[in-house]
Amino acid sequence: MTTDMQNEAEIFRGTTDGETTFKNRKSVSGTPAQGMPAFVLGEELARMAQDDPRIVVATADLASANRTNDFKAVHPDRFFDFGIAEKNMITAAAGMAACGMVPYVATFASFAAILGAEQIRTDCAYPRMPVRVVGTHSGMSMGFYGSSHHALEDLGMLRVMADLTVICAADANQLRAILRASVDHPGAMYIRLGRGRDPVVYDDVPDLKIGRAIRLREGTDLTMITTGSQVRACLDAAETLAADGLSVRVVDMHTISPLDADEIRAAAAETGAILTVEEHNITGGLGSAVAEVLIDLPRLPFRRHGVPDRYVEVGPPAALYSHYRLDAPGVTSVAREFLASAR
Amino acid sequence: MSDRSNVNFAVLEDRARFIRTETVRLSRIAGAGHYSSTFSCAEILSALYYSQMRIEPTQPDWPDRDRFVMSKGHAAIGLYPVLADLGYFDPSELDSYTRLGSNYGDHPDMKKVRGLDFSSGSLGHGLSVGVGMALAGRVQGRDYRSYVMLGDGEISEGQIWEAVISAGHYQLGHLVILLDRNGLSIDGHTEDIMGIEPVHERFASFGWDVQRVDGHDLPSVIGALTALPQGTTGKPQAIIFDTVKGRGVKRMEMSLDWHVGNLVGEDYDDVMAELEAGLQPYEPEPAQ
Repeated sequence: MTTDMQNEAEIFRGTTDGETTFKNRKSVSGTPAQGMPAFVLGEELARMAQDDPRIVVATADLASANRTNDFKAVHPDRFFDFGIAEKNMITAAAGMAACGMVPYVATFASFAAILGAEQIRTDCAYPRMPVRVVGTHSGMSMGFYGSSHHALEDLGMLRVMADLTVICAADANQLRAILRASVDHPGAMYIRLGRGRDPVVYDDVPDLKIGRAIRLREGTDLTMITTGSQVRACLDAAETLAADGLSVRVVDMHTISPLDADEIRAAAAETGAILTVEEHNITGGLGSAVAEVLIDLPRLPFRRHGVPDRYVEVGPPAALYSHYRLDAPGVTSVAREFLASAR
Repeated sequence: MSDRSNVNFAVLEDRARFIRTETVRLSRIAGAGHYSSTFSCAEILSALYYSQMRIEPTQPDWPDRDRFVMSKGHAAIGLYPVLADLGYFDPSELDSYTRLGSNYGDHPDMKKVRGLDFSSGSLGHGLSVGVGMALAGRVQGRDYRSYVMLGDGEISEGQIWEAVISAGHYQLGHLVILLDRNGLSIDGHTEDIMGIEPVHERFASFGWDVQRVDGHDLPSVIGALTALPQGTTGKPQAIIFDTVKGRGVKRMEMSLDWHVGNLVGEDYDDVMAELEAGLQPYEPEPAQ
């Protein structure tokens, strides 16, 4: 393991004094701070709440880690820390929503989505309450904290729930766009975030419509359909493959449910093959969702790339992304193998 | 809006019997029903809805209304007739109870039933809903109460105690637990299945004010409800109602056979006769 990997792994949480770890750093492991956007969750929600008295925010003893303390600092009367009691937090948010509020509740994705799955379904989605469950530190971004803290099943578990919008943010600017689009979106939402250090995909807050994918790069030989933390890796891989003479389309499928089937059909019709890339168990997530669309279409080369269907190793996140070939070189090599086998 | 100062106990007693007759009638439509756990809370429902709650059936979305969460959702069969009786919807709608496409299923759905403040069914969630409703009231500067009817079996769920802790922490003085302490859950006596006593002390130790009264004695029920303090802060309130599962029908009282059952034929006629003797239709008292 390199020193950089160790350094990167150690820095994910905020401080407890209301200061933001990353915002106040000029660099992390030699990388400029602006290249590692910290969460803007609390900051953006605080700004939105200035004009919208319906917005309330809650967390489960993770206000500094998920930056909801940036909201608390501005709107203490509309912030609730429920302590380590995620089920109560999610259901209480549904109760608040039933009284006209728009609650955003945030905790680590493994606890929000897996521990709170029934509360999300029964108390938020089924009665169509406008609760926004924000799962931070998703995938294996918790690195050496281990399987209890990894969320590699959340998309699969939640996308099968009716009346629940499931959406992933690739970076800080897309998170801002998602939050702004979410306020008046009907029904419940699950918003999946990385660990707040995701590489930049969007230089500015993108135009975003929930349920409509964003085509980031045109191509004719292959479409990479990806989401969240993997968008940057796919764009970088596409750039490398272009040097090989391969034309790769990259689609940011930020909304997993409802899925943009039109964009998938277009990719099937217009490009030679489809590769899905996700930081999630290969079973049940984005790749499975795309496969459900493709099964009704004429056959074309298709492959899912993600985490194998087993609990992953522990290690610093960067090492894990490399190990599971979910960094740009890894995605590049997977794409090359796929295209070679498809020919 | 109800007049809280002038309680007509005869009317409330009649309405409790009405809840029971409707439960029997609707169960026959469905072919099965949760008789006994609905009967045990009939007086509590009657006292709440016909006397104590600040509600306006012509405005089911009135923001300042008191909220009620039927956390033991299987007693919805006793709540629907009350809502119909008060004018939230036409009582004839209940004839569709549990039929394909009906708004009225065994467990309550707030998106389908006018007058319901929340959906329920999965036990152990309702108190958290009440916590959220009370917190929302505080943010909005409203003084409504949030009442949550809990079954004594469901408080074994861990989420209940998460909610109990948070209500004490946030000093939700306008949150009220109505615990239907009927002593039986599906598999047997609660104290044999999973003991919850001393439940009074357990709530109190988490910072709640606790009363314990006979849940079938209407003056006691009304007394406990009217003793609730005003104001939106302070200790949350728990009322433990000692009740009898199946109360009102001799063959059902404290019987494990009637959590879910089906009365047919002469049995149905006998039970209805037992319940209906002298029952009067509801006539709201004129507005003051």
